[in-house]
Amino acid sequence: MTHPGEMSCAEFQAHLPELIGSGQDMSNHPHLRECELCRALLADLQTIADAARQLFPQEEPPAEIWDKIESALKSEDGKEESLPKSK
Amino acid sequence: MPRPPSPAQSPDATMPKRNEETAASRPAGRTSFTSINPPNPIEDDVLARAQAGDHQAFAQLYALHKRRIYSLCLRMVGNIAEAEDLTQEAFLQLHRKIGTFRGDSAFSTWLHRLAINVVLMQLRKKGLSLISLDEAMEPTPEEGPGRSFGAPDLTLTGAIDRLALERAVADLPAGYRLIFILHDVEGFEHNEIASMLDCSIGNSKSQLHKARLKLRDALRKHLPQETQL
Repeated sequence: MTHPGEMSCAEFQAHLPELIGSGQDMSNHPHLRECELCRALLADLQTIADAARQLFPQEEPPAEIWDKIESALKSEDGKEESLPKSK
Repeated sequence: MPRPPSPAQSPDATMPKRNEETAASRPAGRTSFTSINPPNPIEDDVLARAQAGDHQAFAQLYALHKRRIYSLCLRMVGNIAEAEDLTQEAFLQLHRKIGTFRGDSAFSTWLHRLAINVVLMQLRKKGLSLISLDEAMEPTPEEGPGRSFGAPDLTLTGAIDRLALERAVADLPAGYRLIFILHDVEGFEHNEIASMLDCSIGNSKSQLHKARLKLRDALRKHLPQETQL
């Protein structure tokens, strides 16, 4: 089926990653002007991208992580101190 | 040498946190966060002392950045135990490499990239190969360009539940999740992602697109019945 705009949905959607990735304004794209399906798809993808910015609030790591880091640093320091000093 | 006090007591609330500062204003995937870290004299001083081998200053750096790095690891691997191990490894790497930081970018950006590299190394060890990313470029019957035909009556606009989206992201295949997190959540550009993952820019764009399509499908399954026209 050929949609108005002389481009099928399959052809348009095949180009979508590049079109979206380029950051260009697609509101006047001939296919989008005529195709409700692809307009809805694009709106959903934009909604997801926008929502992603609100995802995953920062979380506090367990205190044990620092204990492990300190322990590893002490171990590394010990190795360095045991090395013979170069003259 | 005296060991530093626990960083849990350090005033990390005084430091900017990238996501919190910019989430509302940053266009998704448009602004590299190298440009949104203002100079911070407090951190600069702590950083200089840490670079000089001051362990207390290093503890302060940990306190300042632990939440951001831990959260980054958690997002990327989706597993608490692994995120803890990766956070530990990232800060150990930081301790080893902090002397090489020259200030060409913001320290937080540099540390962010260091942590991402630690995670990527771990993911590669676990078998997330770039071959799998390239293979995913090939459309499958489920993922081909025509898969979005039909059902135009289910739109997500205004209906996304944050927890549902987080769950859907966690359920993404590892390669898709990685690029979605790097681009849409962390704000990296495709050329930066391509460089990090050693793949093409086109591959990065394609993977991101497929990740969003998968998220769309997952979210539409959970739309309340009354929102379906």
